[in-house]
Amino acid sequence: MPGEKIITFRIRRFDPEADSAPHWESYAVSVFEGMTVLEALHKIKAEQAPTLAWRSSCRMGVCGSCGMFVNQLPQLACQTQVLHLKADVISIEPLPNYPNVKDLVPDLQPLFEKHTQVKPFIIRLDDIQEMEHPAGEFLQTPEEREAFSQFTYCIKCGLCLAACPTVATDPHFLGPQALTQAYRYSADNRDDGVYNRLDSVDAFHGAYQCHMAGACSHACPKGVDPAFAIQLLKRTLVLDHFGFGKKEAQTAAVLPLADVVKALEEFAPPPRTVK
Amino acid sequence: MKNNQPARRLGLRGWVYAGKYSFERYLYLGHRLSGLGLVAYMVLHIVETANRMRGEQAWAELMALFASPPFKVIEYLLFALAVFHAMNGIRLFLVELAFFSGKPQEPVYPYKSSVLKHRPLTYVVMILAGLLMALGGSSLFFP
Repeated sequence: MPGEKIITFRIRRFDPEADSAPHWESYAVSVFEGMTVLEALHKIKAEQAPTLAWRSSCRMGVCGSCGMFVNQLPQLACQTQVLHLKADVISIEPLPNYPNVKDLVPDLQPLFEKHTQVKPFIIRLDDIQEMEHPAGEFLQTPEEREAFSQFTYCIKCGLCLAACPTVATDPHFLGPQALTQAYRYSADNRDDGVYNRLDSVDAFHGAYQCHMAGACSHACPKGVDPAFAIQLLKRTLVLDHFGFGKKEAQTAAVLPLADVVKALEEFAPPPRTVK
Repeated sequence: MKNNQPARRLGLRGWVYAGKYSFERYLYLGHRLSGLGLVAYMVLHIVETANRMRGEQAWAELMALFASPPFKVIEYLLFALAVFHAMNGIRLFLVELAFFSGKPQEPVYPYKSSVLKHRPLTYVVMILAGLLMALGGSSLFFP
């Protein structure tokens, strides 16, 4: 194939059942324009190292499974083109700041534990009342939705925690992913606000441990910009501390259900495209 | 974590090695190192001024030592550390309250993070820091 090039992949191998310590192995692979690191790994596994392990699924930057430390940067293997790295030798390691299960497979358990700590769901003080007697819908203007929409795109790939220098030294720091989700739900006008999450985000290992290195936003493959969400969260916490910015809880059932049904009935369907 | 899983925590290496990350990651490192330098200086400063207790002559000898060219350079480095830390601190104060970072918006590729949005502020602050360092240097070395 024209434009093919031989690239050496240095891969950090570790098999907990056979190795006492990780070691490096090199594989020469002929790569072509557009070939991703993930495709190269498949090629290595097929032709040279059948026991090589990694985690991947969708191959299109949606599932967040194939996060790896490629040439000293946390990246999704499926979104990283080999020739774009502009290097003849490419090192691949499992994501740092996570336990290593085998070869390139990190254990993302710390990510999910931290994610759970910030209560990543809508919390309402009138929750039970609304669940038992739903009277209508909670409406959102486009502006209200835009306040947090960017932060809903997180795919939980864990690259941000691998990039964060604070996570590198403080294993208990909630980290960019969890703090971003704390802000995402707190900024949602259907939620009762950050007050329900103060015990985790306004704590020693919470938002203020972020020292704004910006590495998480640099690494994020989905443009979620965790560094920005954390700074917005800090601003919310500071305003809250001084008694400003207390969010008005949205009134439950702002529109009677019958009105919603009527509005939907009046909504004209799109014209038929198939006869 | 299972016992046979290496932790892979980067530790101090992850803290110090800024590698291929953005300019702000280097400023983070500089801010921490300059902060540690200033704390170390404060301790040394207390030790230094405690020399006054050893008598007037000991104090005069110490002051004469500090007036020598090598100490002038050290004094300037200390000044530069303080200027960098203060100016970058102003940037962090503003950025950590989400000023100069725009508003949340739908991520559309190529993504532009808030770090890039506040980079003009970063440049202005660093240029001001450079000017202050130059002014301080000229008044120290060419009084």
